[in-house]
Amino acid sequence: MIRRYQTVLFILLLAASVIMTVLLWRQLDRAHQHMLDGQSSTPTEAPQVAPAEPATLMAASDADGALQPRVLSLPLPSLAANPGARARAILGRLLDLYAASDSAHPVPGGAASVLEVFLLPAPQSAPGAAPAKGTPAQNGGELAVVNLSGSFAANHPSGIETETLTVLSICATLHANFPRITSVRFLVDGKQVDTLAGHADLTRTYLTSQAVPAEAVTP
Amino acid sequence: MRWSKRHPVSIGSIDGKRILAVVAAALAMFPIAAVAQAPVSRYTVVLDAAHGGEDTGGHSITPGGTWMEKDTALALSVRLRSLLAARGMNVVTTRETDVNVDPVKRDELADHANAQACITLHASLSGTGVHLFTSSLAPAPPARILPWRTAQASFINRSLNLAGVLNSALQHGGLNVMLGRTSLPVIDSMTCPAVAIELSPDSATGKPGHTGVDSLNDADYQARVAEAIAAAIVEWRAQPAGAGQP
Repeated sequence: MIRRYQTVLFILLLAASVIMTVLLWRQLDRAHQHMLDGQSSTPTEAPQVAPAEPATLMAASDADGALQPRVLSLPLPSLAANPGARARAILGRLLDLYAASDSAHPVPGGAASVLEVFLLPAPQSAPGAAPAKGTPAQNGGELAVVNLSGSFAANHPSGIETETLTVLSICATLHANFPRITSVRFLVDGKQVDTLAGHADLTRTYLTSQAVPAEAVTP
Repeated sequence: MRWSKRHPVSIGSIDGKRILAVVAAALAMFPIAAVAQAPVSRYTVVLDAAHGGEDTGGHSITPGGTWMEKDTALALSVRLRSLLAARGMNVVTTRETDVNVDPVKRDELADHANAQACITLHASLSGTGVHLFTSSLAPAPPARILPWRTAQASFINRSLNLAGVLNSALQHGGLNVMLGRTSLPVIDSMTCPAVAIELSPDSATGKPGHTGVDSLNDADYQARVAEAIAAAIVEWRAQPAGAGQP
């Protein structure tokens, strides 16, 4: 037989359990609400995808030693905001072409080989001074400094033709997309080196006007 | 005065008059000997086999064998030297063995030779046929003192003429030729009509399994190219520009 005090104790414990359950439920709701209040309710901004724009790549061919224009549609950084990044993206696409298995001018490395492209005002020479090697004479133009990776230079096929075509195609591609670029200098891992892979001189300043074949610039 | 007293003109039994007579006779003979020993003014060609020693230039290591640009350049230089010497030309080479010659030294050799043609020999696995390159420097008028790094500017027109003669001869020899301009430090400092010749695999071998390395190592191919270059330089010698006239 259940005694009276046991019945009262059971009812009290049951009532306490119900009360604690209600309190616990309220505490859980309050904590959840507190957590939600701490978060920003601003919707996440969707990443902007750069619109595709036409870019002209002056692609080299070892078979005939010529540069041929190829117009591709590429998503590019804004010209006004970051012209250096835009030039790097275009040159990266050019080197991607060369790294492809069916390339007419096979050079390993790809887009990652272009570390940086710096655009600077071209140095001005004295009036009447003859343009000389290493001293660009264009006024009002821009000098592009292309910093290539050391692995690109180390793995570049050796030869006068292939190295010259790589250098000229980079110069011509820059000129085709940035007409204000009148001269180009090259660095490898941020340093000046004598040659690309034993032949093409990288100590000089290349004039883009000499790199662009006359028949290729005509649209 | 003291010296003259200690060392009189007379020595032993030979008196002064005899010595004077011997000296006079020697002086009288000297111009004749000088004429007899002076090198005949010969047509000089400089051959520069690129790279050498630890500077292998282009190279390829395959299961079929190893190829190095320096070896092909030297082999072609040796062949060409023999062919030109046989045609009565004075040939100056920058290297005869597998040694690395400093580019400045190569240019000094070429410039001091006062040559009528300077040929820099290279080889590459890229492309096909023979690539002819002249300096990309803009032509400049002749001058007594030339800047070292752009000395070739005064010889650009003659270099282009020489490249044209080489192009004709190589094509006549059935070879695929590509002409171009480049910035190559060695030829940019040469004070002579200068052309860089790059030998690439022959496109016309047609032999099954014949790789680019096999083609560049092919003695017959090298001989054909050397013969055509030698024929071109003989042709160049007969031209006014090749004979040293501007």
